[in-house]
Amino acid sequence: MSKFSLSDKAFDRINFLFVLLITLIIIYPLIFVISASISDPHAVNTGKMWLWPVDVTFEGFQRVFQNDAIWIGYKNTILYTAVGVIVHLFVLLPAAYALSRKELMGKKAWLWFILFTMLFNGGLIPTYLVVRNLQMLDTMWAIVIPGVVGAWSILVARTFFQQTIPDQLVEAAKIDGASDIYLFFKVVLPLSMPIIAVMALFHGVALWNQYFNALIYLRSEDKFPLQLILRQILILNEVSADSASSAAGSAQSFADQIKTASLVKYAVIIVSALPLLIVYPFLQRFFVKGVLIGSVKE
Amino acid sequence: MAKDQSIQRGKRATIKKSFQRNWQLYLFMMPVFLYFFIFHYIPMYGVQIAFKDYFATLGIWGSEWVGFEHFERFFSSYYFWRLLKNTIILNLYMLVLFPLPIILALAFNELRNGAFKKWTQTLTYAPHFISVVVVVGMLVAFLDPNTGLINHFLRALGVDSIPFLTSPDWFRHIFVWSGQWQTLGWSTIIYLAALAGVNPELHEAAKVDGATRMQRILRINIPSIMPTIVILFILNIGNFMQIGFEKVLLMQNTLNSETSDVIQTFVYETGILEGQYSFAAAVGLFESAINIVLLITVNQIARKVSENSLW
Repeated sequence: MSKFSLSDKAFDRINFLFVLLITLIIIYPLIFVISASISDPHAVNTGKMWLWPVDVTFEGFQRVFQNDAIWIGYKNTILYTAVGVIVHLFVLLPAAYALSRKELMGKKAWLWFILFTMLFNGGLIPTYLVVRNLQMLDTMWAIVIPGVVGAWSILVARTFFQQTIPDQLVEAAKIDGASDIYLFFKVVLPLSMPIIAVMALFHGVALWNQYFNALIYLRSEDKFPLQLILRQILILNEVSADSASSAAGSAQSFADQIKTASLVKYAVIIVSALPLLIVYPFLQRFFVKGVLIGSVKE
Repeated sequence: MAKDQSIQRGKRATIKKSFQRNWQLYLFMMPVFLYFFIFHYIPMYGVQIAFKDYFATLGIWGSEWVGFEHFERFFSSYYFWRLLKNTIILNLYMLVLFPLPIILALAFNELRNGAFKKWTQTLTYAPHFISVVVVVGMLVAFLDPNTGLINHFLRALGVDSIPFLTSPDWFRHIFVWSGQWQTLGWSTIIYLAALAGVNPELHEAAKVDGATRMQRILRINIPSIMPTIVILFILNIGNFMQIGFEKVLLMQNTLNSETSDVIQTFVYETGILEGQYSFAAAVGLFESAINIVLLITVNQIARKVSENSLW
């Protein structure tokens, strides 16, 4: 017996170290980015800064806040995310509710209609042509409408309604003469705040982080969301030094641009990712719940 | 005859009555119906341009049929095998790492210290909330041959710096492992939920029999969560060929294209950038077809072997 408990203790210790190691590997790059964003770029680029900030400076953040393109992108992302989430809920919730009600005829056909899109879709080009033919190119709607809802979300929300809205409640309200619309807004929605939060969060995060639809559907730079601006700065290395130093001499300004580039790089990552990274630990239970309801097999 | 007719009439009457009473429910279905119809079913109808020579002025219906011309051109082109090979290797590589989140979930599940467990879970979920643009941006910064952290480290060890992001040899490793960094923690959630459902009596009985922790993990925990594992594995295969192409596109450059050219980036290039809509639609259709065949095959196999399947 004692032999087993000893080996269990060893197991616990090894397991603890294993999880600790994985966690450190995963968060190290994030710590590095945070430290780099407030360190002198020279220290970062020469490898002197590797964990804690060296020669602390907030110039990177100053330049980020002075950069018009980043601000416009930020504003656009907030707009697209807010509008996108509202439209998402508007399309998703009524349908999921209707599908949870046994009075709806042809339920099998409806579900097939929706589920089939999980198995097969027209693909990038035919979808692009539809968006183009609807004159949506280079408008906010090209970001918000395609992909506004997926079969998975509808199934998850429907399962939630089936489990939380008792049939008797609906029937009693109907006998009292309540319409479905009244019932939906006054009875069902107030009982469904958890699922609304889950759906809004999932869709909101996806919209905040996506770049590809903006890449193919948007042309005007003043409509670009933050992620496209980040792509220019971080990956294509196109930093418009903007207001910062355009007046200076050419050689001076070139060196300055390089400095700006490495200064702005880490600060802009922080500015773009921080809202989600700060918020998610508090909303974690909602996210986890979303993954779990989604995994319930019908 | 007359009876049949009256039954039918009666049926129609009930349908009408039910519709009159519940018309608002059908109104509720309208937005979803319109969305799926316009953005999923019309594109499915539009897939026929893969067999046509699409001209915008003629429209989808009016353009001329050309049969399998675009497919033949794609299959016989010199890049076909390269695209297919890169796509398959990249996805197989990701598939090989499928057990990693399971291992981490099993490890989380064995932790005794509740606070430590909660903290490590929360911290490992963090990369899931970072956009692919930022992830690739971080890769660009960390892997820079002159200023990047990794190459500073290599030089400190006396190794020459490596141009990771412009090297075809490194593309797959960087792509797949940075993906693991992003999804590893988050992917444990489902397995942890399954592990929470394992019957504690099994563990009690095994303890009485003197089983070690490792034995109990292998003999109780893993078999208990097997259904979840199988379902997720099938779903993974269902996405085979199309995982993470948006990230590939961001990581791709002319110097690493030998390994980073995959079917979907090719569709983007030829279709969106070059405007060869019909040809690109054909390439995309080829890929969807492979996906469906794979999904159905794996589902059948899983149903036979383990009695767990999607349908």
